Amino acid sequence: MTNIQKSGFQEAARKAFFQGGNGGQMQDTERVAVGALGLGLLILGLGGGAGRRLLVGGLGLGLTAVAVRGSNPLATAIKVEQNNAGQTLISEAVTVNKNAAELYDVWRDLDKLPNLMSHLQSVVVLSEKRSRWTVKAPLGSVSWEAEITADEPGKRLAWASLPGSSIDNSGEILFRPAPGGRGSEVVVRLKYRAPLGTAGVVAARIAGQEPAQQLRDDLMRFKREQELGFAPTTQGQSSGRAGGAK
Amino acid sequence: MKAVLWQGTNHVSVETVPDPTLLLPSDAIVRVSSTAICGSDLHLLDGFIPSMEKGDILGHEFMGEVVEVGRDVKTLKVGDRVVIPFNIACGTCDYCQRGLFSACDNSNPNHRMAEALYGATSGGGLFGYSHLYGGYAGGQAQYVRVPFADVGGFKIETDLPDEQVLFLTDIFPTGYQAAENCNIVRGRDVVAVFGAGPVGQFAARSAQMLGAAKVIIVDRFPERLRLAAEAGIETINYEKEDVLIALKEATGGRGPDHVIDAVGLEAHGHGPGALLDTAQQKMKLTFDRITALRWAILSCAKGGTVSMPGVYGGLVDKLPLGAAFAKGLTFKMGQTHTHRYIRPLLAHIEAGDIDPSFVITHRAALADAPQLYKTFRDKHDGCIKVVLNPWGEAAQGVKQA
Repeated sequence: MTNIQKSGFQEAARKAFFQGGNGGQMQDTERVAVGALGLGLLILGLGGGAGRRLLVGGLGLGLTAVAVRGSNPLATAIKVEQNNAGQTLISEAVTVNKNAAELYDVWRDLDKLPNLMSHLQSVVVLSEKRSRWTVKAPLGSVSWEAEITADEPGKRLAWASLPGSSIDNSGEILFRPAPGGRGSEVVVRLKYRAPLGTAGVVAARIAGQEPAQQLRDDLMRFKREQELGFAPTTQGQSSGRAGGAK
Repeated sequence: MKAVLWQGTNHVSVETVPDPTLLLPSDAIVRVSSTAICGSDLHLLDGFIPSMEKGDILGHEFMGEVVEVGRDVKTLKVGDRVVIPFNIACGTCDYCQRGLFSACDNSNPNHRMAEALYGATSGGGLFGYSHLYGGYAGGQAQYVRVPFADVGGFKIETDLPDEQVLFLTDIFPTGYQAAENCNIVRGRDVVAVFGAGPVGQFAARSAQMLGAAKVIIVDRFPERLRLAAEAGIETINYEKEDVLIALKEATGGRGPDHVIDAVGLEAHGHGPGALLDTAQQKMKLTFDRITALRWAILSCAKGGTVSMPGVYGGLVDKLPLGAAFAKGLTFKMGQTHTHRYIRPLLAHIEAGDIDPSFVITHRAALADAPQLYKTFRDKHDGCIKVVLNPWGEAAQGVKQA
């Protein structure tokens, strides 16, 4: 197979995974909520001085328009990718200067994953296929059970949360040799239903607390752990800030 | 210890801060014997590099003696005399393995910040050069923590004085890489260098070392042009003559085969382009003033190289890309892969091919840094290059720039 055919294949696989993702598609409940807020502001905007009418009324008009269109322009602008089912899609990749089989083995050791991924609190392996995941969330922690849906040693792992989980999510991680002896390409694809829909994703991203950003950090941490055995740091170095060392 | 601190735009101070400590087993602590102010420190002083924080220790050109090593450091020991490249490299990642040390994948803990600004992947860390580049404390201080000490600590085993080896940490390799990037054909190619500051001086002399048939340097300060002329470099003062016409005449109408832009984002100059750049920069509509780059592209001969050691920060417009396309130019740019050049250039110094101390015009104590930042920025007092002694007595007292 030529490289072009191969990469076409990979692209098709990516598309199949994301099932025709598009930008910022809102969920129905979210549309209703945003629409109600917009209409409320529109009504409020009818009273008061010219400035208030312009500001509040304008905001209300904007939100109503967003609800009618059914897509969140902010989400589209910051490139939140979602599918028609309202799931948020994330993919991220990193090249690590080690062979794929080694990296797969590190990852397959599920209960050690919290060492690699800073926002993971714990992974408890329940059986060969099942495990219980706990992540740190802005308000306490969230926990769910997941099942391994595909396991190709040295190449790929896929998983999905069990029905009734607090956060409906699934994902896969691929390990493939990088061209030219550069180690391995590690690709992670995640799909999840965000609490509070697109608005939640946008708010979390602005706060720097969203899985896409955490995933990037985690993959870089993984790469550095594998290549160096530690993460570089400037924490604790001297400076002229109050208290000196920071 | 005493250290030079960035306190805000146009405000540098010297203060007492805690001594550095080993943070990782691969670190070393170096007692700084000499440190310099670099032209790119002026971008920090002027506030053009984002993500500086009040209290950051400045400086990325320094050398000294190893006084402490972490348990994983293998090649250095206490008492070794070392020069330290200004960029921090892990030595392990694919980029370092290919000699692209400034592109190190692993040395910047703030990779996310750099990726947000510059796209897919970040560059490596730099000493004393903003949090975008890792937020590492710099070497304009009495002591400095050197991360990845086995990769970034180069032993000097001869008794060459500091002043001859200090510039191996940045400006000499930076000028040399700029000349090397031109792929000069010995005895045939003409090279023009825009900017006769320290990097421009080293670029011009490196072009000579690499066999350029003729080297021409462009600046507006007579003392800088004089310094270049002493080495047999032709000079053009762009305030006295039209630089594009002068370069054309000096090259028989062809233009220089290669042009080095050793100026970067704070170019001065004249003409409508320069005026527009300045106006846009004042209105925060643009980061970079690109007069030097514009002249470089317009003057370069067909099939030539535009080599850019000068620092650019953001987005650029009114770039004569049509001219670059029409002439089939090659662009080479980026931070210096300093680690690659230290040993070969040290050999040149040891062989007596070049004495890098020729650029030094000012020597002072660390405490005089605030005044000298100003002197250097304003090119007062014939200032071309400043070397600071962290242990010397202040001549002028502690002042603020």
